Amino acid sequence: MTSTRRAAVLGGNRIPFARQFGAYAEASNQDMLTAALEGLVARHGLAGERLGEVVAGAVIKHSRDFNLTREAVLGSSLAPTTPAFDVTQACGTGLEAAILVANKIALGQVDSGIAGGVDSASDAPVVVPEKLRRKLLRLSRARSSAEKAKAVAAFRPTDVGVSVPANTEPRTGLSMGEHMAVTAARWGVTREDQDALALASHHNLAAAYDRGFFDDLLTPYLGLTRDQNLRPDTSMDKLGSLKPVFGTGEGATMTAGNSTPLTDGASAVLLGSEEWAAEHGLTPLAWFVDGETAAVDYVSGDEGLLMAPAYAVPRMLARNGLSLQDFDFYEIHEAFASTVLSTLAAWQDEEFCRERLGLDAPLGAIDRSRLNVTGSSLAAGHPFAATGGRIVATLATLLHEKGPGSRGLVSICAAGGQGVVAILEAA
Amino acid sequence: MAHQDGYTAFVSSGLGRRLASSLGLPQPVPLRRQVPGRPLVDGPVLVGGHGDTPALTALRDGLTAAGATLLDELPGSGRLGGVVVDLSAADDPADLESLRATLGPALKRLGRCARVVVVGRDPALATSPAQRAARRALEGITRSVGKELRAGATANLVLVTDGSEGAALGTVEFLLSARSAYVDAQVVRVGAGEASRPGGDRPLDGKVALVTGAARGIGAEIARTLARDGATVVCVDVPSAGAALAAVANQVGGTALQVDVTAPDAGRRILGHATTRHGGLDVVVHNAGITRDKLLANTDADRWAGVLDVNLGAVLRMNEAFLAKGGLRNGGHVVLVSSIAGIAGNRGQSSYAASKAGVIGLVDAYAGDPGLRRRGITVNAVAPGFIETEMTARIPFATRELGRRLNSLSQGGLPVDVAETIAYLACDAQSAVTGNVVRVCGQSLLGA
Repeated sequence: MTSTRRAAVLGGNRIPFARQFGAYAEASNQDMLTAALEGLVARHGLAGERLGEVVAGAVIKHSRDFNLTREAVLGSSLAPTTPAFDVTQACGTGLEAAILVANKIALGQVDSGIAGGVDSASDAPVVVPEKLRRKLLRLSRARSSAEKAKAVAAFRPTDVGVSVPANTEPRTGLSMGEHMAVTAARWGVTREDQDALALASHHNLAAAYDRGFFDDLLTPYLGLTRDQNLRPDTSMDKLGSLKPVFGTGEGATMTAGNSTPLTDGASAVLLGSEEWAAEHGLTPLAWFVDGETAAVDYVSGDEGLLMAPAYAVPRMLARNGLSLQDFDFYEIHEAFASTVLSTLAAWQDEEFCRERLGLDAPLGAIDRSRLNVTGSSLAAGHPFAATGGRIVATLATLLHEKGPGSRGLVSICAAGGQGVVAILEAA
Repeated sequence: MAHQDGYTAFVSSGLGRRLASSLGLPQPVPLRRQVPGRPLVDGPVLVGGHGDTPALTALRDGLTAAGATLLDELPGSGRLGGVVVDLSAADDPADLESLRATLGPALKRLGRCARVVVVGRDPALATSPAQRAARRALEGITRSVGKELRAGATANLVLVTDGSEGAALGTVEFLLSARSAYVDAQVVRVGAGEASRPGGDRPLDGKVALVTGAARGIGAEIARTLARDGATVVCVDVPSAGAALAAVANQVGGTALQVDVTAPDAGRRILGHATTRHGGLDVVVHNAGITRDKLLANTDADRWAGVLDVNLGAVLRMNEAFLAKGGLRNGGHVVLVSSIAGIAGNRGQSSYAASKAGVIGLVDAYAGDPGLRRRGITVNAVAPGFIETEMTARIPFATRELGRRLNSLSQGGLPVDVAETIAYLACDAQSAVTGNVVRVCGQSLLGA
């Protein structure tokens, strides 16, 4: 391999995001991912087409979903000869999938591909307690009647129960919100700033719907035509009336209004080479310029759980010879309003930029009017692995509207102290 | 089609047939519909007419090539698949005797779902009162025969143009075929043009067709039928219907475009999509439509405006883009969807009837447009009668049964019957067919 070529974002599709136990309570990950693919196939006329590869994943998976993406492809109108694989990098899954597909296209290994993600907080796998699971396995291994009788005799009424996956970090036992509350306090993020960011997210998303921005990005599913979490008429008063759910005392600033709710949904993004796009009559919306990942040591308390993007972005900027201000759009995933605000505060902080990032000067502030201009996860919701696809397709469309030369930054924090970031440029 | 017409099934059974016959009830039969590979007509076609039958002379080879067995004499036995009577040389009411002599004895020999096609000329172009009277008489005969026919048979009239008789081949072929199952007692005018080429199984191969309102019902069936005939279909519907729209687009291997046809930029967006994705646009089917039924006395301005804007205003606005230079390709086809309500009127449907009658006005205007004629663009409409859809399935039982039976075929049509007629009007072979409103109503008594 001697040279690389540009990978283009050609379009996207997602289903509206539903609140947990809402419109998609009965839908499986495979159902939703297939629906997202079907809408993408229809929008781009890909029925019967063999694509280079489909890459997607889910953060919360049933064991039966070991080949989730391939199964979704087989259930879609794509040619059954389209290969697929699953990938997982927590909430960075969707964006990481896009990086993988873009890289394969850049290297000439594939000419086209779909990156996607799906998650259901409703149709979650329920597992039996560890003690019971081991006893059940022992019973299934037993051969002789005596062994079986012994295995059965080992069961106790107290073994019975179920454990549902929780949104907690295995190494700290803290929930993501509890981790974030620590970081928010560290950066002195106020309740009012968080509520204002949440308000802007709802208003921007509603305005984008009203102007038809999502007509080419979304396909209704199970009767839902807009994100179920969207509250177009929310206000600072309404958000201000909510009780804090994370943090303690003075530092308890995080509410259900300025934190993302558990959500169900799926998204998919079509990428391809320039040649492939031309052959299929598709107009490149944006080039996938670069991607970067980072991880932080949150276990020891050295850094906040969701602060990895603060490290990934400057590394990617340096590699591309760009400053933080060289962007027309910033898509910073709103895991919590305080995640966005802590990240922005860190980039403006001289000490952090010097000590942590090794920079001579702070990255500086961004023009807030360019941030999440069509809303983000606080309003739309956040089905973990589906967020990357939502953001990439949204940003590519924004850049296409803005015109050549425009540039956008994506930043997504992920569980396990990780972050995935990317740069897109209008085609 | 999921919508069951239980009555038709019942009277097609032994007991049901005897019962209906003794009680004098209508006896609808399941109609013959298009199945790839099946012959054009089920049985030989008797041909005849008046004088030197100039139209028949021009059409004979084409009909034979299309698979019809033509007979000049009524055979001693056996059922006929159809009759084609050429009265294009009739100059005087006395000449109509030729029609009676040919068609009369043949009527009792028609097979199930047989076809009667009368060929004449446009009365408006007649040169004498006697000639005009004779030409106009054909319409009366055809409509009466339509009402006399039984067992799914239909009768239609084709008006040919002097010197262009061969251009009617596609129309006569359509009216003989199973594709015209629910087209009955219609008059189709064929203008001056080249002898139409036979289309084969995929007459729309390589063509790009737009269908609005394609997510469900008749629109979805139009998309499927145009795709079956070879077209690449751009399926358009409102964003809220996107899930069903995607399913249709993927089924037909086309593309889905979620756009509200009433949006000011709808025409530009649709044209842009067709041009960048598929290289142009050859066929436009304006199918999207809504009803907001209310007695006029109870209709408010919003309901009124909504119906007129979707069914008529949007068509006008989008056509500004489609019919401008750089829009529809030369030789393209526009098919609008009117309704029997636009012809006969319907209680509680004044707004809908206004829009659908307005559509007929649009056909007249576009068909008379010299610019469009120069570019070879044809504009026609279909006007469905009672069609079995989710919408008509919701009509109360008694009203529904009345709508179903009040036509010569004693049954409702299927969405595919509308779609087949549109597909016929969307073919290049029909370059001489413009300005027509073809009802797909089984010769409904409404507005007849």
